[in-house]
Amino acid sequence: MSDVYVLGVDMIKFGRFPDRTVPDLGAEAALLALDDAGLNIGNMEAFYCGNLGQANAMVGQRILQEIGQTGIPVVNCSNACATGATAFREAWTSIKAGLYDVVLAVGVEQMGTGLLGGSGGGAGIPKEGLLGSGTMPAVFAEAGMEHARQYGTTFEQFAKISVKNHHHSTMNPKARYQIETPLDEVMNAEMISYPNTKLMCSVNVDGAAAAVLVSEKKAKELGMQRAVRIKASVMTSDPYQERDLVMPDVNSCTRKAAAEAYEMAGLGSSDVDLVELHDCFATAEMLHYENLGLCDDGEAGRLIDEGEVELGGRIPVNVSGGLLSKGHPLGATGIANIYEVCTHLRGEAGARQVKDAKIGMTHVIGLGSACGIHILEKV
Amino acid sequence: MSLPVVEYLKLPEDGEPYLEGHKCSECGSIFLGERNVCSNCFARDSMQSIKLNNTGKLYSYSIVFRSFPGIEVPYISAIVDLDGGGTLKGNLIDCEPDPDKINFDMPVEVIFDDALGRKDKDGNSYISYFFKPIS
Repeated sequence: MSDVYVLGVDMIKFGRFPDRTVPDLGAEAALLALDDAGLNIGNMEAFYCGNLGQANAMVGQRILQEIGQTGIPVVNCSNACATGATAFREAWTSIKAGLYDVVLAVGVEQMGTGLLGGSGGGAGIPKEGLLGSGTMPAVFAEAGMEHARQYGTTFEQFAKISVKNHHHSTMNPKARYQIETPLDEVMNAEMISYPNTKLMCSVNVDGAAAAVLVSEKKAKELGMQRAVRIKASVMTSDPYQERDLVMPDVNSCTRKAAAEAYEMAGLGSSDVDLVELHDCFATAEMLHYENLGLCDDGEAGRLIDEGEVELGGRIPVNVSGGLLSKGHPLGATGIANIYEVCTHLRGEAGARQVKDAKIGMTHVIGLGSACGIHILEKV
Repeated sequence: MSLPVVEYLKLPEDGEPYLEGHKCSECGSIFLGERNVCSNCFARDSMQSIKLNNTGKLYSYSIVFRSFPGIEVPYISAIVDLDGGGTLKGNLIDCEPDPDKINFDMPVEVIFDDALGRKDKDGNSYISYFFKPIS
């Protein structure tokens, strides 16, 4: 079966845009990606749109109302923080199935402020702070402390991840922040949910990213110079685990997806030159070093201590600045990370360029849980 | 009369409060809350109501310093594996919110008490469960 290619991909600079609308931000990203592909909306045969906050409000169609109502099928996707990756994968699937040759995928989000999660309680009285915490910082802190329990991982090691990603973001003009955060600043920042301080939590921002996917036939016709090959596209949900009901599992769905992605790509983790993974919290990134096979189980702390995951290290992780500093507009994240990897594979990442990058991996987790992994290859 | 904070907390009229689990007779998986199908082995009509133990061990935790307005912080959000099976999340009380004072696998007991004075819109009070270190 022939491969699917990313022909155009881009993102808007993440930030706060209270005077703009979700369709407006999505439309901007769509036009950027279309320009990057050298195509226009009239060339698109289908459109997959990812958004969470307005999941019932036909965001994809409203984007087309801003950039061109061509009558193509539009599918609106919502899959927690894996929403963007889901839209991208649906686009990939439709080409793989032979239905279309040129498809648009957009991920877009406008975020509120403050804590996510923990507000629901069903009937009766609020459960937050009564039956523990359901806020995202606490949930991912508990997942990180499971790693601490198994391997003795320290608060300082978790904090180093945030130092690294903030450093990377100083080289990414499209990141929300470009600010160095030394270790003592990260560790002394307001404690939100131990061991996650405020600087170890992803940044709530508005953002949008988009990609134009094409069949191999179309890529050859339009020119392969800047095309990126999609070597693997995988989604999983969370397989049964005994603590599921109180401890949402981000590990087993990632391990399952990684194994399937490596198999689909015919590659191993040692072939990967850079990874954009789901660092919604510093504690989460630690888990995924092992979940994605970047090191053996129990070695994640050493990986961050020895700088292996920094730009210039053995396997750079989140050179974009990650969700911790680039920002995490939920529905856009799973396409923004594909933009980042493609930019490196095209050799266009400037100061943060991973040298000679040929293979890159993206990973997102939607809590609940959904995992999306893509492996991309320089043509 | 107080109501249970969750449906798997049972308040029998003639006995002590307890936590109810549902155990799959095919594979032994234990769930909180009623269900018809086992999500581990897919068996149907295999669920049996069981009384969960009131002792267990701390599996993981976070110390919560930032919460929503009106919620007293800090507090310890704890995940506890109950002896004999079943895992619960709840507040760990009577324990200093300091990582140096909280040990993985520390034994805890489940206690039942008023739900921190919280009442629903009809003025009903509630009984909740809490974890307390066993010294």
